[in-house]
Amino acid sequence: MTDETSDILVKMRGVKMEGRSDETWSPIINGVDLTLKRGEVLGLIGESGAGKSTLGLAAMGYTRDGVRISEGTVEFDGIDLLKASAATKRDLLGKRIAYVAQSAAASFNPAHKLLDQHVEGPVQHGVMGRNESAQDGIELYEKLRLPNPDQIGFRYPHQVSGGQLQRCMTAMAMSCRPDLIIFDEPTTALDVTTQIEVLAAIRDIVDQFNTAAIYITHDLAVVAQMADQIKVLLKGDEVETADTRTMLAAPTQEYTKSLWAVRSFERPTKPVVQSDAVPVIRVENVDAAYGTVPVLHDVSFDLHQGRTVAVVGESGSGKSTTARCITGLLPPKSGQIMLDGQTLPADYKKRTKDQLRQVQMIYQMADTALNPRMSIGQIIARPVEFYLGLKGKEKRRRVDALLEQIELEPTQYYHRLPSELSGGQKQRIGIARALAAEPKFIICDEVTSALDQLVAEGILRLLARLQDELQLTYMFITHDLATVRAIADEVVVMKDGRVVEQGPKKEMFKPPHHPYTDLLLSSVPEMDPDWLTNLLNERGVDNIGDAAVDKM
Amino acid sequence: MIVWTAIALVVMLGIAWAFRFAGQAVTGNAPKFRDMPFGVAYGYVLGVFVLIWLVWAYLQGRSSDPAVANKFFFLRIAIEGLIIFSIAAWIFRLFGRSVGTAWSRKMFRSMPLTASFGILTIIIYAIFAIFAGVIAPYGQEQIIPGVAANIIPGGDPAMGGNPEFPLGTDQIGRDILSRLIYGAQNTVGIAFATTCLAFLLGGSLGFLAATLGGWLDQILSRAVDVLMAIPSLIFALLLMTIASVWAPELGIPLTVFMVIIIAVIDSTRVFRLARAVGQNIVVMDYIEAAKLRGEGLGYLVFKEILPNATAPLLAEFGLRFCFVFLTIAALSFLGVGIQPPLADWGTMVRDLGGFVNFAAFAPLAATAPLLAAGAIALLTVAVNFVVDWMLHKSSGLKE
Amino acid sequence: MGSVLRIILQRLALGLLTLLIVSIVIFVAVNLLPGDFAESILGQGATPEAVASIRRDLGLDQPLITRYFDWLGGVLQGDLGTSFAQANFATFTGTDSGATTVAAQIAPRFANTMFLAMVTAAIAVPFSIILGVLAALYRNTVFDRATNIFTLSSISSPEFFLAYILILFLAVLNPIFPSLSNIFEGMSFGERLEKSMLPALTLTLVVTAHMMRMTRAAIINLLASPYIEMARLKGLSPMRVIVKHALPNALAPIINVIALNLAYLITGVVVVEVVFVYPGIGQLFVDSVKIRDIPVVQACCLIFATAFILLNLTADIMSILSNPRLRHPK
Repeated sequence: MTDETSDILVKMRGVKMEGRSDETWSPIINGVDLTLKRGEVLGLIGESGAGKSTLGLAAMGYTRDGVRISEGTVEFDGIDLLKASAATKRDLLGKRIAYVAQSAAASFNPAHKLLDQHVEGPVQHGVMGRNESAQDGIELYEKLRLPNPDQIGFRYPHQVSGGQLQRCMTAMAMSCRPDLIIFDEPTTALDVTTQIEVLAAIRDIVDQFNTAAIYITHDLAVVAQMADQIKVLLKGDEVETADTRTMLAAPTQEYTKSLWAVRSFERPTKPVVQSDAVPVIRVENVDAAYGTVPVLHDVSFDLHQGRTVAVVGESGSGKSTTARCITGLLPPKSGQIMLDGQTLPADYKKRTKDQLRQVQMIYQMADTALNPRMSIGQIIARPVEFYLGLKGKEKRRRVDALLEQIELEPTQYYHRLPSELSGGQKQRIGIARALAAEPKFIICDEVTSALDQLVAEGILRLLARLQDELQLTYMFITHDLATVRAIADEVVVMKDGRVVEQGPKKEMFKPPHHPYTDLLLSSVPEMDPDWLTNLLNERGVDNIGDAAVDKM
Repeated sequence: MIVWTAIALVVMLGIAWAFRFAGQAVTGNAPKFRDMPFGVAYGYVLGVFVLIWLVWAYLQGRSSDPAVANKFFFLRIAIEGLIIFSIAAWIFRLFGRSVGTAWSRKMFRSMPLTASFGILTIIIYAIFAIFAGVIAPYGQEQIIPGVAANIIPGGDPAMGGNPEFPLGTDQIGRDILSRLIYGAQNTVGIAFATTCLAFLLGGSLGFLAATLGGWLDQILSRAVDVLMAIPSLIFALLLMTIASVWAPELGIPLTVFMVIIIAVIDSTRVFRLARAVGQNIVVMDYIEAAKLRGEGLGYLVFKEILPNATAPLLAEFGLRFCFVFLTIAALSFLGVGIQPPLADWGTMVRDLGGFVNFAAFAPLAATAPLLAAGAIALLTVAVNFVVDWMLHKSSGLKE
Repeated sequence: MGSVLRIILQRLALGLLTLLIVSIVIFVAVNLLPGDFAESILGQGATPEAVASIRRDLGLDQPLITRYFDWLGGVLQGDLGTSFAQANFATFTGTDSGATTVAAQIAPRFANTMFLAMVTAAIAVPFSIILGVLAALYRNTVFDRATNIFTLSSISSPEFFLAYILILFLAVLNPIFPSLSNIFEGMSFGERLEKSMLPALTLTLVVTAHMMRMTRAAIINLLASPYIEMARLKGLSPMRVIVKHALPNALAPIINVIALNLAYLITGVVVVEVVFVYPGIGQLFVDSVKIRDIPVVQACCLIFATAFILLNLTADIMSILSNPRLRHPK
């Protein structure tokens, strides 16, 4: 019991932080306590804007420009980081506290080779000599399961893929064998299949060296694999802290419970489509190319009335390109798009107003999808007037009805500008604009991926309700399998511009399936803290991530 | 002189070290002094020395010995001018914060002093330009009967001046002060018209190129590349030479040619910006949504693109105005710009430039050319201050 | 390395093509002059022989395309044509010295202008880059704000205003440098330097302001990048962060800034040379414009445009060469 204090590595007490905007300081963190013991991993989760990255950096005694710690104490191994001199802090950073950033591609200096950047810390801090450290770097690369560990260090950052760079950065953080590493959303920018590889590597190496870590993320399932303890933040306040299993099994706070519940939303299964039914949209043997670079190869699938087809795949698989072919922005090289059994002209400019009206789109980034200079009323009224020819009071009534349909109070929102709305509200306006055209078919392009989980769930429920009321057909482009599970009736899996597999949702989530689908499905983290361990036991380290894709 | 400066700089090294050491000792090693690099300490000391020198120079300017006072006269005027302008800008900002609509008051609240100085100056110029006929004591082309030509500025009869003509008269007996005031109308007015023309031309073509793309964009962009490969002042001079031959033949004033030539040359820069801004907007999803809705080109340009391009275009208008204004001033100074008998600042600087050499014994005599040149500089500085603030504000909002 | 070479060759070819088109533009522009220009330039009292000689020189009886290629061929061999003013003078006095050719007239003045540009660059480049880096490092301090106001004012002022201010303070009130730059052949380097000091300082003021602001912007942009934050979080000393991490990446933008501003010097040189009566190419250009000495105007224009294009090309190629992504392709 006497040794208890020295066991504590990081001790933050009553930390308040402020950020500057327009010459005034506004609070970001409102008094958070944090305690981290040696060798322990703490997961820091919260929505965007919760202040988790800011808090993570504060644990290193570092603040970005325009941010300051206004109150509280930060101690690292008994050293008061807020009162320490710049020289003392410099001596700790990199040597005893290391940092792994979200975007490895941007955080490596483009002008130097990876290994040169790796050895810089140990050499500058006098931990190891250059050669010794380089040798150690190669060993670390090997431990992190990087391909060609002897050579990869002699490459420049832009010559290495994102998942590999992220592991190189972890190796660099390990170069001085620090006591603490801050991981700031290290896998957020990666595809699911790559993410799992990086997660496994990070967990393994942190375990091996018994390093303490603060793991910052917005993804609950990820943090469940990595952390011993979880701390939930909401808008700069701590919601609750508990060890991982307790937190997952029995959250005490309302907010935490609601976060957990998001993943349980699932729609009832719809009856199988009649085989003789005419699909609302049929994509038939479409080949497409950007200039001379082919991107789609013989893509075919049907979308039936009142149903949702989720198109799944990683970035670059051709999901969005297929959408561009359907809307007519990218006329296919061969093959055709049919609406209600009739072939649509390939180029949108040749389509009739009615054909254009039937196919509407909702975009991923609501920020760029709404004209910032138009009021909400104008944005929704334009298609009403353009397609249906309504004017004056009639138009206003229709817009009000649409606003009510998307659960926004018309009198309150009609005159507002998009910049005055939250992300979720903006996305609802995007939906209203699509609905205003009274279409049969709506393409939803990653509509929830830029939103926080709770907000995203609200959007999904709204879309589901609208589909039931208006018999809409959705093409749902996503890379998130949780979303697929929640809303899809049928699933189309794409890879490298080809349809790998398609069928009803029930079948898709049940084996046997195509090895790629299998890999994709198995790579999606689950809320079970043993999921990663089990998966690695089941598949073996060589059968996950890019390594597995390469084998196909 | 150089040796003394070097010694002073070395002495300051010692003072800087002492300053930092004293700071550390007095404040009990507060972080500000403890982590202060030596360069920063040196910077503080240097700054203090410059301030002390300025105060000394100002006092010299007020000295009772005319020889010493003359020598520091301009420095004194500059310092006094700076202080007066700062106070005026401060009062103007205070005024703007309490009067006007909620929107304008909010603008003034977040405004730096430089920007409020800029706005105040622009307003004053506008008043002079519009009401030049009322303010100026004489006409711009008026040769005042019974008054000698070449009256020395300064109004000191002992030097050959005349208090009735504080800035003197020019070589054919016109009042320089009146011509200076009319210059606001001519120089600023012509520059403004030229900039508008350049914007109309470059802006509309730029947006067209951005929206339509394809071969039109290619042709226009390549043409602009070629035009921009020739330095603009050089190109303007070349074309002005040709125009000066054509002008009498066609009976069109050379000034009209100048407006067109500069507008065309400058429209290439506007084209570049308008195209870039347009392209940034065109890739937005809301434009795609409008295209897919089946909207026509007119709706796209006027309802979707233009409203989002006003902020950068307005800032660019300020910068282009400065550029055009300086080009016209330079051409006039070189003798091929605005043609007499129109009063114009650039021409006046060229005609009166020799007076600068009298500054050593009669400082006021040198003010006439400096006022004309300063009038040009002051307006462009003012516009630049406002544009700088606008750009800063719009970039700050993005973050 | 192969792809970089290809890109650079492409740029060079493009630069050459631009130069060719520019020469066409200049040639065509000059040929837009009305009808019988030879007569009008020589005036009423010109002898028929003089008119005929100038016509022959201009080849006015031949089609435009032939004339262009003749002119271009001449230019490539260093023959820029015959100066009207000099030809006129020669005809008038009956002497026929070699100085009637444009090339002979331009050569010494070109050297003078290059001298002025180099003196300016030697002062302005180190000065502005140091100031720019300092302003970026200590941004939003009093120092940064003061330099911002100072450079903004300096950019906004017409060159002749700055020139007269410098004359006022450094030549009239404190006679340190001469206000007229009467440079002639056989002058010692020191004397020459002293005489060109005021024009060089004027140009320095203009160019430094531009260069400093661009350097500052480039460095601030760089310091905001995640890899600089990473370097700081590795506990490196501020000096090492700057030298090892910022500088290699700052080289490209800074070289770009220098080249662009040297190109900017070309425009500034014209006005400044006129103010100080500096016998350079800019003054010759303005004088020729005034007396409509077309061959000289044409030649000066071509020289200015060539310098401008070459400097921009250099900037372009330098930034390609210093880009690690291009230097080390995948």
